[in-house]
Amino acid sequence: MAHEHKLEIFRGLLKFKSNTQKIWGVLIFLTIITAIEVVLGIVKPGWGKSMFLGMKLLNWIFIILTIVKAYYITWDFMHMRDETKGLRRMVVWTAIFLILYLVFILLQEGGYVFDVYDKGYIKRDF
Amino acid sequence: MSTAVANTGTEGKAWDGGNEPLKASYGKMMMWFFIVSDALTFSGFLAAYGFSRFKFIDAWPIADEVFTHVPFFHGNYPMIYVAFMTFVLIMSSVTMVLAVDAGHHLNKSKVTIYMFLTIIGGIIFVGSQAWEWGTFIKGDFGAVQTKGGNILQFVDTEGNRVALRDFVVADAHAERTQHESKNGLWFIDEGALSSYTVAEVLHGLKSHENVLVRTQIINEEGEKTVLSRVESLKQIKENARLVVEGANLQVNEYGSPLFADFFFFITGFHGFHVFSGIVINIIIFFNVIVGTYERRKSYEMVEKVGLYWHFVDLVWVFVFTFFYLV
Repeated sequence: MAHEHKLEIFRGLLKFKSNTQKIWGVLIFLTIITAIEVVLGIVKPGWGKSMFLGMKLLNWIFIILTIVKAYYITWDFMHMRDETKGLRRMVVWTAIFLILYLVFILLQEGGYVFDVYDKGYIKRDF
Repeated sequence: MSTAVANTGTEGKAWDGGNEPLKASYGKMMMWFFIVSDALTFSGFLAAYGFSRFKFIDAWPIADEVFTHVPFFHGNYPMIYVAFMTFVLIMSSVTMVLAVDAGHHLNKSKVTIYMFLTIIGGIIFVGSQAWEWGTFIKGDFGAVQTKGGNILQFVDTEGNRVALRDFVVADAHAERTQHESKNGLWFIDEGALSSYTVAEVLHGLKSHENVLVRTQIINEEGEKTVLSRVESLKQIKENARLVVEGANLQVNEYGSPLFADFFFFITGFHGFHVFSGIVINIIIFFNVIVGTYERRKSYEMVEKVGLYWHFVDLVWVFVFTFFYLV
């Protein structure tokens, strides 16, 4: 078969026998992560409210779990795992660099505008 | 990866495109580059949402209080329906990969079945999205907007939300007709009239001792601030200007109008992607049925639309996080 698939995930910890089996395995993994997110979102445990690097700990957990999901969708469903290094880096590094840059600038600016409203002399609540 | 799709006659030559350093066909690579640019568009929108949210970090609506409905069920079920939608989209992604996999084995009947299931999943998702929009536009409890554009909602002494219809009585004698462009000044009209006027809300609040006003400001416990009885009456009497029911691009009973604007724009743009994905999937589905790829001995087209479809799923994963969870 011309289409070779790499069949292990979690750095070789879990190796599947066929591509179809791997797809179902990844689905189960993604479902578990979504379930964890939903449960945390409904329960909102108290420890999640503590601040960490300017954001609630719980929000950091949500964002990290989202990136984990995005990784497995791209790597296994979109077969990024099977592409050459060159193509993979062109797509992933470019996008990640530009997105991090934009997000950093906009969130920094948004926080600044909030501070001006909050501590400055502009009155918005009439 | 040699396919029958692109045959340039330069195979094996080092130049003129005969060498494929990325081992991907032209079409697949272009799909990847399109996905990168589309991902940047979506991240621009989501980053702008983050900007507005950080700007109003102490007064942003709490998503758990906004999206609480499930079709055919009454009551308060935050997140459940969105979680279902997320699962539907991931599931349709799975059937899509299975279709691609069956394509690699040139198994026409399996590709057909899986493509069909993918399309069904997409339709369920778009339908759910439309329902979600409808619920959001229709609104739930109603609220009052102040002169400064802030939203005042109503709660009882235990902190449970109270709908306007539960304590406000519309005054039958003070009925006012909606001003339409055909009457009076030409081409000047007004939006739909709300069920109650501000004066009626004030009257209702005065006659119900247990109703309090809740402001947009989030306190240290991460909940919206509830005013005292005296403060509540004062706020409504002095600042209330407009009764708001539901959400649109101008007003939003759940809080900042920006929240509604971004919700409509980002989920709308994503829904449009899902819709176009369904259309493309249907085209490919019929191509599979008539045997186009069977004759070509290559199902690479299925793989390319598959990439697009997974991308739509990928975007939803982020929209889900930033609109409903964070």
